[in-house]
Amino acid sequence: MSAMAGLYAGNVRAVLERGFKVIGNQNWVILVSGFFEPVFYLLAMGFGLGGLVGEVTGPDGRPMSYLSFIAPALLATSAMNGAIYDSTWNVFFKMKFARIYEAMLSTSLGPLDVAAGEIAMALFRGFLYACGFLGVMTALGVVTSWWALAMVPVALLIALGFAAVGMAVTSWFSTFQQMELINIVLLPMFMFSATLFPIDIYPQAVQWFIQAMPLWHGVELMRQLSIGAFGAMTAVHLGYFLVMSVAGVAFCTIRLRALFLR
Amino acid sequence: MPVIEARGLVKSYGDLNAVDGIDFEVAGGESFGLLGPNGAGKSTTMRMIGGTSLRSAGTLTVLGLDPETHGPEVRANLGVIPQQDNLDSELRCRDNLITYGRYFGLPRSHLEQRADALLEFAQLTEKANDKVDNLSGGMKRRLTIARGLINEPRILLLDEPTTGLDPQARHILWDRLFRLKEEGVTLVVTTHFMDEAEQLCDRLVVMDHGRIVAEGSPAQLIRQYSTREVLEVRFGSERNAAVVEQLDGIAERLEVLPDRILLYAADGEATLDRVTSLGLQPLTSLVRRSSLEDVFLRLTGRSLID
Repeated sequence: MSAMAGLYAGNVRAVLERGFKVIGNQNWVILVSGFFEPVFYLLAMGFGLGGLVGEVTGPDGRPMSYLSFIAPALLATSAMNGAIYDSTWNVFFKMKFARIYEAMLSTSLGPLDVAAGEIAMALFRGFLYACGFLGVMTALGVVTSWWALAMVPVALLIALGFAAVGMAVTSWFSTFQQMELINIVLLPMFMFSATLFPIDIYPQAVQWFIQAMPLWHGVELMRQLSIGAFGAMTAVHLGYFLVMSVAGVAFCTIRLRALFLR
Repeated sequence: MPVIEARGLVKSYGDLNAVDGIDFEVAGGESFGLLGPNGAGKSTTMRMIGGTSLRSAGTLTVLGLDPETHGPEVRANLGVIPQQDNLDSELRCRDNLITYGRYFGLPRSHLEQRADALLEFAQLTEKANDKVDNLSGGMKRRLTIARGLINEPRILLLDEPTTGLDPQARHILWDRLFRLKEEGVTLVVTTHFMDEAEQLCDRLVVMDHGRIVAEGSPAQLIRQYSTREVLEVRFGSERNAAVVEQLDGIAERLEVLPDRILLYAADGEATLDRVTSLGLQPLTSLVRRSSLEDVFLRLTGRSLID
């Protein structure tokens, strides 16, 4: 308990209230715009490229349409993007320019209340995107299993992992140039994590590298859920995000403490 | 029993001691000033009181608690007014107060009434539903102070409350702070404005390089470290240095500033007569009462805002 002294006041709720108030005031457009990006990818790639590609091998070894192949991957990406947007750019702005956290921490709130509240807001965004995207997938007929409903909580788990790590990493950045590094990591991760084509086109060494990245685990897990076909790797994918989330939250709290309790 | 008590308080960043072993006490209901140039350690001291900066050595209690281990409890009784406004620009004025109150865990129904009363106190009732960005500098400052009062704090920490405000806005603000003091709120004010310190503070300490170099009421400090009057003479920037030698001995003490010479004496007019009887004709001359500015020059050897 002494390690927590001064860190946590048990009032995450007030941080959430602020987040929802702000969304209610002005951010609906931004909130919705993030949802469309993966939908556009899905339509352009799925229908456009899908016509050229034809069928690919699904997680259960049977052929599936290209649209069905990329849709779950884009859902995983969407959860990642929603969480990252809130936990990096938004956090950066509030930390460096709006000084929102400085104000919060001159009240009864502790750094852990603030971190938990902000991560939860990022999850809320990830949740909205996931629900919306799942709706689009269902409408397009690429969902073939009730397991697909589990894609929503799994999207939250993916969002949690990315939000916590994203926020902790952001705490080191002080300029916009440094913030660009986030995009330099995220864009290739999206392009090459077996999102748009199967991983076995890569040489073995590259495959290992990609398998060490978080998004690949999210993509594979989502793909399995979309048709309800699981394997031994399912637990590994889940475990990856559990560890990433726990480590990320711990890391984040340490960083906030270092930043605000100087 | 003092509401704030510091003993041997030290804050170091690497080799630099931003606060270098200070002792002070603040009594309940008192208006206490921390005076000093930029970098003297005032803001660092304020942050340690709020528990958002961890001390390197010494002891510190606020309302009997250690702010480091009881941060949330200590801050529940503090109102913090930072040097730079950090209002929430994504919320409207009234919501800024209510949301901030929620951070203290106070119930919304209570906060709605309290917010309206504070908007009135800050003379911002008409601005309740305006965006923060549309407020003037003085209004933002008053809103920040209103926000700092939402939890009915026993101690208000004001870090350079009127920096950047025009004279009218400063006077409105001082008036509001006076009313709080009358209600028994303890004020801790940092400033590098002497007139502000004289207006607001019952007692103050002068800090320089992280240490306390003097302590007392404004009047006591002036009596102790300065003369009753000061004669300011200007001979033009080139000649100032040249005439200093001739002026030696005609006042208790001399202070040569880049643009003028200050002569400290009990009787300023008599000193001016002596200057002119030496055959010196200053371009301008001014006799005034000693102020805290003079105390500060004496103690730190430089003007305040450097």
